[in-house]
Amino acid sequence: MNETTGMILEWVIKGAVVAVICLIGFAYTTYYERRFLARIQVRIGPNRAGPWGLLQPVADGIKLIFKEELVPDKAYKFAFMLAPVLTMAPAIIVMGVVPWGTQANFFGRTIELGISNNLNVGILYILSVTSIAVYGIVLAGWASNNKYAMLGGLRSTAQMISYELALGLSFLPPIMLAGSLSLGDIVKGQQDFLWYFIPLLPTSIVFFIAVLAEVNRSPFDMPEAEQELVAGYHTEYSGMKFALFFMGEYVKMFSMSAVFSTLFLGGFAGPFVEQVPWLGPVYLLIKIIICLGLMIWIRGTLPRFRYDRLMKFGWKILLPIALINVVLTALMISIFGL
Amino acid sequence: MSIYNPLPILKGLWTTIKSVVEKPVTLQYPEQKRVMPQRFKGRHHLRRYDNGLEKCIGCALCAAACPADAIFVEASENTDEVRYSPGERYASTYEINMMRCIYCGYCEDACPTEAIQLGHDYEMAYTEKRNSIYTREILLDPPPEGQESTPRKVEPGVFNRSIPVMKDAE
Repeated sequence: MNETTGMILEWVIKGAVVAVICLIGFAYTTYYERRFLARIQVRIGPNRAGPWGLLQPVADGIKLIFKEELVPDKAYKFAFMLAPVLTMAPAIIVMGVVPWGTQANFFGRTIELGISNNLNVGILYILSVTSIAVYGIVLAGWASNNKYAMLGGLRSTAQMISYELALGLSFLPPIMLAGSLSLGDIVKGQQDFLWYFIPLLPTSIVFFIAVLAEVNRSPFDMPEAEQELVAGYHTEYSGMKFALFFMGEYVKMFSMSAVFSTLFLGGFAGPFVEQVPWLGPVYLLIKIIICLGLMIWIRGTLPRFRYDRLMKFGWKILLPIALINVVLTALMISIFGL
Repeated sequence: MSIYNPLPILKGLWTTIKSVVEKPVTLQYPEQKRVMPQRFKGRHHLRRYDNGLEKCIGCALCAAACPADAIFVEASENTDEVRYSPGERYASTYEINMMRCIYCGYCEDACPTEAIQLGHDYEMAYTEKRNSIYTREILLDPPPEGQESTPRKVEPGVFNRSIPVMKDAE
């Protein structure tokens, strides 16, 4: 086996492993969410399927696979089929640039933990890829030929575009501190300096709020808004196509948590990670779990925003704060000479 | 406006995280069961007198009182050779359609002999529609200990009254 085939094989295997981690992460995020929400509501949560209910996601998956899939008669079929894929795929491929560690020894072969850790436009890649998901949602709403779905899709689009600005601006301060667009360099910058959430606390809060809006989580779950819009853009979806939307949301939660951890919580950095590179993925996973827990906790606490306030909050509060953060970071860098 | 003030949000977050450490109120149902309150209205019972005779006299007042039309009663004649209940008649057919029953307890109120009573049993799931019809045999309580079941042969002239003589509480 020459070096090129080995390289291709390594990348294919790493890609498959990361995709599988995302999907398992999706399955167990639902479990985690149900258990945590249950505890917030002084209940127990699913504990019947398997030990401690650990097989509950499997049971849910099997149920969804066997569900009948309906396509509305008046729906625009091609876009209707395409929409779930467009929502789901970007959520997974975001993980491509998230570094899971540095070089590690794997059965005598030195591999890089992560698919492309040092992609020099890593953050641009994340921003552009996550924006694709908006198309999935608006297409789903439009192709269903249903007024509730349409409203849900439009609301979602408006929301995601509005909050993308604050999100994009909140990417800037870590980039400025690290002096690089590559996530690998940003982690390295945090290993040398501090985890960025300490000097950039306001930015990380704005980023987190924007991420919540970006993945349509409560209190920004406007597009779904069961009580107002039936189920929003996926009203007409059933069976596995519905599951894809569901997966899209949860995988996106997972991958955006990974991005948040990488940008602000030091990514794979942690004690002894230089000596034992395999600790990197473990640390990153722990940080992702903490972020997910925070998202679920917020979901269990806050009611949904009213739509006009959501827009007001996005444009009049979050965006100016994000801008001020950029300026403050620039000042901080020039004053302390970081 | 509240969205400018993050304090209530933090307070809310504190409230929810506090409840995480509370003991869950969930009962693990099939294994643990809640003790039903005394006046809980569950499945019906057809009661018997202490001597083992059925209280139901087949008057069908329960069927008349039933707002959901769930009860069907058909009465037959008692004789002293074949006696089910005191008085002239007994319910030879007594059926309650549990799919219709709303557990309002009006049958209980209408009954002149306190024969039908709503008990504490609520586990009545069935997988076939026909099992939703609870017949007389299912509803009737077993006779008290040491007493013979119905029908039975009795001395003539003892059980003439359908409705027991009312006595003042002492």
